[in-house]
Amino acid sequence: MAFSLDTNCGLLNHNIIGPIYCTSTIFPPDILITQFWFNYRHVANTLSVYRSVKRLGIPDSHIVLMLADDMACNYRNPKPATVFSHKNMEFNVYGDDVEVDYRGYEVTVENFLTPRSKRLLSDDRSNILIYLTGQTGNSHGGNGFLKFQDSEEISNMELADAFEQMWQKRRYNELLFIIDTCQGASMYERFYSPNLMALASSQVGEDSLSHQPDLAIGVHLMDKYTFYLLEFLEEVHPASQANMNDLVSVCAHRVSVSPGHHTDLFQRNPGSVLITDFFGSVRKVEITKDTINLTSSVKSGSGDMQIESLTYVDQLPVAEIIHQKPKQKDWHPPDGFILGLWTLILLVFFQTYGIKHLKHIF
Amino acid sequence: CCSCLELFFVGEMEQKQAIWCLNPKDQFQEELVIRPLHSGDIYASFQFRTLWDTDFLQEGQKKVSHYRLFPKSLGQVLSKFSVQELHISFTQGFWRTMQWGQPFIPSPPGAELWVWFHDTVSDVDGNWKELTNVLSGIFCASLNFIDMTNTVQPSASFKPLGLGNATDHRFLRYATLPREIVCTENLTPWKKLLPCGSKAGLAVLMKSEKLFHSSFHSQAVHIRPICQDEQCTSKAWELRQTLNVVFDHYTSGQGKKEWSLFKMFSRTLTEACPLASSSKVYVDITDNPELFELSPATPLLSQAVVLGDRRTYSVYDLTRAETFGQLRSFNLLLRWKGDNMLRPLLHAERYVAGFGLQTGEIHTVIYNNHPYRAFPVLLMDSVPWYLQLYIHTLTVTSKSRDNKPSYIHYQPAKDRHRPHLLEMLIQLPPHSMTEVTVQFERALLKWTEYTPDPNHGFYVGSSVVSALVPSMVAMSTNFTQDQPLFSSFVPVKEESSYFVRVYTEPLLVNLPTPDFSMPYNVICLTCTVVAVGYGSFYNLLTRTFQVDEPSPPLAKRLANFIRRIRGVPLLA
Repeated sequence: MAFSLDTNCGLLNHNIIGPIYCTSTIFPPDILITQFWFNYRHVANTLSVYRSVKRLGIPDSHIVLMLADDMACNYRNPKPATVFSHKNMEFNVYGDDVEVDYRGYEVTVENFLTPRSKRLLSDDRSNILIYLTGQTGNSHGGNGFLKFQDSEEISNMELADAFEQMWQKRRYNELLFIIDTCQGASMYERFYSPNLMALASSQVGEDSLSHQPDLAIGVHLMDKYTFYLLEFLEEVHPASQANMNDLVSVCAHRVSVSPGHHTDLFQRNPGSVLITDFFGSVRKVEITKDTINLTSSVKSGSGDMQIESLTYVDQLPVAEIIHQKPKQKDWHPPDGFILGLWTLILLVFFQTYGIKHLKHIF
Repeated sequence: CCSCLELFFVGEMEQKQAIWCLNPKDQFQEELVIRPLHSGDIYASFQFRTLWDTDFLQEGQKKVSHYRLFPKSLGQVLSKFSVQELHISFTQGFWRTMQWGQPFIPSPPGAELWVWFHDTVSDVDGNWKELTNVLSGIFCASLNFIDMTNTVQPSASFKPLGLGNATDHRFLRYATLPREIVCTENLTPWKKLLPCGSKAGLAVLMKSEKLFHSSFHSQAVHIRPICQDEQCTSKAWELRQTLNVVFDHYTSGQGKKEWSLFKMFSRTLTEACPLASSSKVYVDITDNPELFELSPATPLLSQAVVLGDRRTYSVYDLTRAETFGQLRSFNLLLRWKGDNMLRPLLHAERYVAGFGLQTGEIHTVIYNNHPYRAFPVLLMDSVPWYLQLYIHTLTVTSKSRDNKPSYIHYQPAKDRHRPHLLEMLIQLPPHSMTEVTVQFERALLKWTEYTPDPNHGFYVGSSVVSALVPSMVAMSTNFTQDQPLFSSFVPVKEESSYFVRVYTEPLLVNLPTPDFSMPYNVICLTCTVVAVGYGSFYNLLTRTFQVDEPSPPLAKRLANFIRRIRGVPLLA
């Protein structure tokens, strides 16, 4: 699952404290949950959304990127440290400046819903963009859940509850949820929190298709929905006026399956919501002409320096090691103890019940 | 002293460098060593060193708050966790000692972290846990998987490489993650720790597309306190960032034994890092001209004793403008001429023997190729708890005779708590092969403890062989500031031998894997049996049958009603 949370900065003008950042933040978690080399396209999907979001201004500290498997430095990759999204290796979405927050086995349902270490510090002015890609249950009666690493799953009800918790704790202002999997629409059916907009690459009962294979790499590079999404986002720049209706309609007519969208819970009209509200961020900068006096740095005390000469430790002091006795931490009873204990028990037994039983033992 | 003052006095500097001497106590040096290998491959080793005369462990008023060349993230980590020494490395690939010789800074495949804490720390385990979490965030790696099940406390290996009298091994922690992948997301934060970043100096050569397309790639961070001067009356903190990479002439070189900086890194050098007090490129020309030829030639030569051998290096000083020539760019060219074989004095390998999924045997083989000298090695093995070692089957044989180690420290594993730790000091006879074998049994894990892909196998970390190898040339025990960085990493105590650490291969072991669909099968079967069996049984016991006549149709009912009134017998 790719979770990208996006918060928009330019939307709200109040409380701009410092000269650099504005207080509302965009948190796009991009999450990919499937493993194995043949799921290369899921990594390419996630990384392309990550790139677009970074290009439009969101800093790495506000992005949570979860990739369940390593494709770029995988030994099967003919061109290491690259992940391509277009065939003939035109476009390297991995780039040189990528920071993955959760990778490999760390991508679990638990870390997705309640991240322990790298969490999103969003507040009630944050707009969040969540992008998920992976594999859901197949069309044989398995819709409504999303697989994590082939061993766990998250259901649409859990997702809806998680969003409701976020709403109760005032952790977001508006949330855009994009999912690119088979039967993606089943994942947002159960949402009930306000200010949620959801987009999916396919309806219930439909499969989401991959776009183009590359013969040198040997696998499919991208999914169709994300491919057109990326094409659309490449044309968006931070001051663009494109709105949500453009996003929904761009992906609708070119793909062969019908993407779905769910805007009932969203309070504003989708036509008035800018793309950059979720995908980009503008930082307000305040320039000041006053001078600031810096105090000189504290000099470290030279008085309390050791006078005696220090030495390096011997790396392999053979004599010392041989004579080093390992410390015995656990106390073990002495060897004859158990034997003595049993002798005592036997003696007490024969004392009590008489010596005549002794002949039955020997 | 202040590095910028030196630069102002050097009259022939053409580059205008505006450096403010706010805090003259730190300096930065960078160097690149290129060593052509006998097989046609090429070994490049970058070392970036920041020296800072400060004390991180101070509290209160004197707490360090102004950082210049030293990265703030690492400085805060050192002071918060009272770290005396920190060594962390990320490696992709395995160092082939037989073909490539000894590396300047050895490292095992995967991630390795060992830390000496200051002796004022009261809860070492707690500090270790938090430190691994913080480092995993800084380097974008999964170091948070380091916990008590894969951390050991070696009793004789891994003595501090810096100053200090900490010989109480209670303050040492060592862990490896052999499965850790290294990719661009680990290189990016590593590059950001450098003062010049990846914008100027030698770090511009670090492009991930070329660096990861190699046989061996290792990046490491080493932090330790060292002597500031020869008399060693005061300490300074040293941060060394090293990056070792070996380019294979088949994959990166397209089969031709010819290398240039542009071919290796797809970049050339255009300037030194302005914040560096020294920026040099060394090329090992000891085997020139029999093995290869080098251009552009340079009159600057330097000799250094490193790894027990005296080697000659061509030095290119990047702080001098004439190194860059007319084109303002510096590119080296090396062309191979002949082949030669190499015999390293010490190397080790490890493998698993046996068949089936129940038992096995770990064999560690250590080779001593010195013709007449014997020397001791300290072998440290850390085996995870799910491979249950039978230490009574431990045998050490050299030249088909029993070789009794002079020191053995064994700490058995506790299931799900800590791994096995075996340390042995073995004397290797000259020109011999020593084999250490121990049998083990594979444990069956609980079904939730398996990774999502258990059929891949489970990794066992590399063994560490630490040795004092007799040196062919006298090593120098004096420490000077002008020594090149690659020869001054390990402190030298005596002239006749040098300290070396060799890592073996990690092992990949298959554990008996259950069929994970069994819980589903069991539930289905049980529910079916209960439904069919119990349901039928319950029905048999409690169901009774009653005869129930259907109610007659309307006409008949009407007829019966009239007949009852008339008093005539009713219809059936």
